[in-house]
Amino acid sequence: MSDDAYLSLKDIDAGYGRTRVLEGIDLMIGKGEFVALLGASGCGKTTLLRTIAGFALPSAGSIRVGGRDVTRLPPDKRGMAMVFQSYALWPHMTAARNIGYGLRLKGWRREAIAARVAEMEALLGLGGLGGRKPSELSGGQRQRVALGRALAVDPDILLLDEPLSNLDARIRLTVRHEIRALQQRLGITTIHVTHDREEAMVMADRIVILDKGRIAQLGTPEAIYTRPASAFVAAFMGAENVVPLDAACSGHRVDIAAGPLNRAAGLMLDRPAPPSGRLEARFRSERLELRRLDVQSAADGGAIELIGRVEAVVYPGGEWRHTVRIGDGSVLVDCPEALPPGSDVLVRVPASGLFLFAAPADGPAGASPSAADENSPARERLTA
Amino acid sequence: MSAPTASLAAPRDLGFVRNLLWWLPRAAVLGALAFVIFGPLLNLLIWTVAERWYFPHALPIDYGFSYWGRVFAPRGNAVQSLVASISIAVFTVAGSLALAIPAGYALARLKLPLRNLILLAFLLPQAFPNLPVYVNIARLFYEIGLNGTVLGVVLVHVTHGLVYAVWIAAAAFSAVDRDLELAARNLGASGLKAFADVTLPLAAPGLMASAIFVFLESLDEFTGSYFVGAPDVTTLPLLLYSAGAGGNYQIASITALLLLVPSIAFMLVVEKFLRADVLAKVGQ
Repeated sequence: MSDDAYLSLKDIDAGYGRTRVLEGIDLMIGKGEFVALLGASGCGKTTLLRTIAGFALPSAGSIRVGGRDVTRLPPDKRGMAMVFQSYALWPHMTAARNIGYGLRLKGWRREAIAARVAEMEALLGLGGLGGRKPSELSGGQRQRVALGRALAVDPDILLLDEPLSNLDARIRLTVRHEIRALQQRLGITTIHVTHDREEAMVMADRIVILDKGRIAQLGTPEAIYTRPASAFVAAFMGAENVVPLDAACSGHRVDIAAGPLNRAAGLMLDRPAPPSGRLEARFRSERLELRRLDVQSAADGGAIELIGRVEAVVYPGGEWRHTVRIGDGSVLVDCPEALPPGSDVLVRVPASGLFLFAAPADGPAGASPSAADENSPARERLTA
Repeated sequence: MSAPTASLAAPRDLGFVRNLLWWLPRAAVLGALAFVIFGPLLNLLIWTVAERWYFPHALPIDYGFSYWGRVFAPRGNAVQSLVASISIAVFTVAGSLALAIPAGYALARLKLPLRNLILLAFLLPQAFPNLPVYVNIARLFYEIGLNGTVLGVVLVHVTHGLVYAVWIAAAAFSAVDRDLELAARNLGASGLKAFADVTLPLAAPGLMASAIFVFLESLDEFTGSYFVGAPDVTTLPLLLYSAGAGGNYQIASITALLLLVPSIAFMLVVEKFLRADVLAKVGQ
């Protein structure tokens, strides 16, 4: 166990009854770090947060905070404060009493509590609202009261359970930055559960991607975005276009034979290539090159070129989004100029934006999640 | 002269008759219903102020309040049994709540299959005919010296009232979101403290309603009080029974009126305290 880990989880297993929700979670979080637990609904992220908070006991493994084993401690002895998804404000208490409750438990004097509550109200822009009941506050105000209640006790660890999911999209963007700025100013170790990729990216120092109760990848937002460790992570981070390829690989080199759907290419990757054979190529819709099949290009190697036909063009703003059919599947390609539907085209994917993984053993790679396929599991995961 | 008038008036009369045919049966049914509901009550009210009333007179011969004086006279048992009834009801409420709060809370947080089984078990005493149950209890209490004591009557009433108390308390506690409790635990409250600060205040309206139910059930209870309490402990229903059986309708009616007061107060209070979302959870 490294010394700089403030909160450390070791081999955590948890579940309800016979269903195992978490399996073998290992996680080290430094003091003052902001970590986002990112995953689709049902991946176990909320269970993990509640296990850390002590609302559920893990069936195996240990949780340590600052070197102290808290695995079996009740929630009130852990020095953590949580902001619930529903906020869980007490409806029979005013906003000020909600915020001051934790201090009352600590036996603070009445004047000291009033001062601290006023400080919290000022910090969170709740001035003059202290006398109101939660039912008399707007969603954004309730969220801030819940945050104030958690911050007032000056917790060692702040736990956020999708605190932004009940807010308007517009407010959410500003609150993201407010929470992040506050966290950095106060230096509180924070764990934030979310299913929103962008939210996790802009708020967190590090992101933990959970898939079916396991950690799929752990790293900085940039590392996860540019170097996804698995097809699942790549899909979750927006590389939803998927094309099957046959390739011969050695070291960092990938040689792709010409096929009905692609031209021959030789690539040098900045990371070790997957084993030779059937590959699943994933890429995002941005930073691609789309041109007519009959137009010659001067561009050299370092990219794969896919042959397809434009099926539809829409304008979501910024660039034109083309649905390009390639073999049995289709991909989405953003391009500054619109090509009419029916055009035969070449989609050029530069090696830097290309993620290659061994194709799943069961069935062809073409059957795996793709952005254009409305019923794909990946799409469901992302919109859930 | 009359013939043209009649023929002129005919269409209007027809409308009037049709109107009458539409209204008359409905008015009759409504009137009959009102009579069935309020007739006995009115009769009771008249009896409370009747001095002399016997067959074949449709109404009392003399009116007066002399029986009220007799009921509330120091020699009359009314005040004494009123005090007995109310104190027994208060003890019963305290006893039932003391059991129903922990039981209801545990049931509200239990898994469903087991929970329904236990809730059903609380119904069991109601499933058997009252009489044999109370006769047996009376025999048992007699052996251990509880017969004819206030404690004995309270125990019988608690068993009876526990069904309402536990069912309503379980519903009231289920209506409190678990996260509200966890939020308090999370900020450093012990389990008991979180219960006292969050769960109990939020469940209070439901618990209040269950207390009122139990109070009224105890006030009205006759069979158990009769077998276990009489003749040493006289509650209002027992007084009502002996007055009614002795043919003293004035005293019986005045006692009945006394029993009516808490019931009406109860209806008003329940409407204020029992929220629909708590009621909806009863038996869930």
